Amino acid sequence: MTDMSYAPETSRSNTGKIALRWGLYLMLGLFALFYLMPLFVMITTSFKSLEEIRTGDLISLPREVTFDAWRTAWSQACTGIQCEGVRPFFWNSVLIAIPAVFISTLVGALNGYVVAQWRFRGANLFFALMLFGCFIPFQVVLLPMARMLGLMGLAGTIPGLIYVHVIYGLGFTTLFFRNYYVSIPSELTKAAKVDGAGFFRIFWSIFLPLSLPIIVVTIIWQFTQIWNDFLFGVSFSQAGTQPVTVALNNIVNSTTGVKAYNVDMAAAIIAALPTLFVYVVAGKYFVRGLTAGSVKG
Amino acid sequence: MTKWLEENTPKLVLAPSFVIVLIFVYGFIAWTAWVSLTRSRLLPRYEIDGFIQYSRLFESPRWDTAFSNLFVFGFLFIVIAMILGLTLSILLDQNIRTEGAIRTIYLYPMALSMIVTGTAWKWILNPGLGLEATVRGWGFENFTFDWLVNPDMAIYTIVVAAIWQSSGFVMALFLAGLRSVDQEIIKAAQVDGIPTWRVYTAIIIPSMAPIFLSAFIVLSHLAIKSFDLVIALTGGGPGYATDLPATYMYAMAFSRGDIGQAASSAMVMMMVVFTIVVPYLYSELRSKND
Repeated sequence: MTDMSYAPETSRSNTGKIALRWGLYLMLGLFALFYLMPLFVMITTSFKSLEEIRTGDLISLPREVTFDAWRTAWSQACTGIQCEGVRPFFWNSVLIAIPAVFISTLVGALNGYVVAQWRFRGANLFFALMLFGCFIPFQVVLLPMARMLGLMGLAGTIPGLIYVHVIYGLGFTTLFFRNYYVSIPSELTKAAKVDGAGFFRIFWSIFLPLSLPIIVVTIIWQFTQIWNDFLFGVSFSQAGTQPVTVALNNIVNSTTGVKAYNVDMAAAIIAALPTLFVYVVAGKYFVRGLTAGSVKG
Repeated sequence: MTKWLEENTPKLVLAPSFVIVLIFVYGFIAWTAWVSLTRSRLLPRYEIDGFIQYSRLFESPRWDTAFSNLFVFGFLFIVIAMILGLTLSILLDQNIRTEGAIRTIYLYPMALSMIVTGTAWKWILNPGLGLEATVRGWGFENFTFDWLVNPDMAIYTIVVAAIWQSSGFVMALFLAGLRSVDQEIIKAAQVDGIPTWRVYTAIIIPSMAPIFLSAFIVLSHLAIKSFDLVIALTGGGPGYATDLPATYMYAMAFSRGDIGQAASSAMVMMMVVFTIVVPYLYSELRSKND
C-alpha cells in the first residue's frame, strides 16, 4: 500500500486536509456514477412500458414496473425471421462455451507444463509462435477458416464454433499456464523423475493440485472471451446456431416494427448476465486474468 | 519402444498444438496473403496478379474513411483511456476505505460484451428519446446532442463507449503498478518532506514505464480489433462514416462478396498490429531468455 497518511505534517491545516479528503471522495463518486449510469439506464428501461419510455426520461425510475419486456426478450422477440427471443441463442452460447472452455484449458495446461518444465530444443520457438498467434487480428484468418469449416462439414454448426474457439484460445491458455508453471522449481520435476514418476504422473499428482488458482483464472478468461465473442459467432454461424451476442445484435438492429427499447435492454442484460455473474463472484480472478494477459514475464 | 515413448511424451503432447498453430495461424495468414495478391471476387482464385487489391484498397474512399477513423479513434481512445486510468488509479491509491467496491464498479464494463455496451450506449445516445430528450425535458429546450446520427461526430460516440468499457481495466493495470513500486523509496521521500504530488511525478510514475507500455499495447490491440462495438452502436453508419478496417473487412468478405478486398484489408490490419506488437514481444522474449 502506498500509505500517504504517514506523510509528516506540512503547513497544510487539518481542515484543508479534510476538505481534500471530501473532494477525493466526491470525484471517486462522480466517476462511479459515470460507470454505473449505463447499467442503471438499462435496468430501469427494461422495466418500463413502451408508453412510459416515449413520455418519460432516461434516468427516471419506472412509474409502473412491468416484466413484459423481459418475457418478450426471453421468448418472443424477433431475431430476423425467427421470433423466439434470445432463449435458444442463450443455450447455443452455453453449448459453445462449456466444451470450448474445458478443452482449451486442458490443452493449455498440458502445453504450459511441457514448455515450462520439460524444456527441449524447439520448445521456446513453439512458445514464441503461440504468443504471436495471440496477437493476430482474427480478420486475417476469417476467410480461410470459413473455407476450412466448409471442407470439414462444420460450417454453420455449433461444433464448428467450439472448434474455432478452442484453436484461437490455445495461445492464451498456454501462456497462462506456462507463466504459472515457470515459477515452480524444476527440481521438483527432476526429483519426481528420479523417483520413477512419468510425464503424466508428475502432471497429475504434482502440478494439477498446485494449479487451482491458474485454472480458475484461465476458465474465467476463456469463458468471458467466448461468451462475449461476436466476430466468430457472426461469421461462422447460421440461423439456428447463432450465439447470444449475435441474436442480441439482430434484435436491436432489426428494422421491422416499432423500436422496443425496453426489450432491447432486457435482451442485453440477459446476454450480459453470465459474465457479470462470474465477475461479481470471482472478480479477483477476472482481474488477474486481464493483467496476466497483458503483463507477461 | 516404451522407452522412446517415455522420452518423447512431452514432444508428442505438444505436437497437435504445434501443428494446429502452424496451419490455423501461420498457414491461414499465408493463405490470406496469397489471396490478397489475386483478382479473387466471390470465390478465391489463386493466380497471383501483383498488388492490384492493395491499389484498389487505397483508392477506395470507404477504406480511406475506415483507415483514418482507425487513427482518430485509436489515438483518442488510447490517450483518454490512459489518462483516465492513471487518474483513477492515483485517486484510489490514497487509502480509500471502500476501495474494493469502487474498483469493482469501475471495472465491471470490461466483463460485458461489446455488443451489450453498444446496445446500451445506442439507447442512451439516441437523439429522439435518450440523453438529448432527457436534458430537454429538464428545461434546456435547445440542447442538441446528435452525435450518433451526425456523420462528422458519430466516430466520437464509439470513442466514448470504448473508453467507458476499457478505462477501468487501465486503472487496474496502473493500480497494480503503483503497488509494486518500492515502498522504501516512497517512505524515504516522505520522511524528507517531499510533497505527495512530487512523489508521484518524480518517483512513482517514471518507474511505471513498463506498465504504460503494456497498457498501450493492449489498448492499441483493442482499437485495431474493434468490430463488435461499431456494429452494435452505429453499424458503421451514418453511411460509412464510422467504418473501421475491421468492419470494412467484414463487409467485403461476407456481404459484398469481394474476397480480394477482404484479404488485402485484413493484411493491412495485421501489418498495423505487427508494427506495434512485434518489437514489444521480441524484447519481452529476449529479456526473458537472458
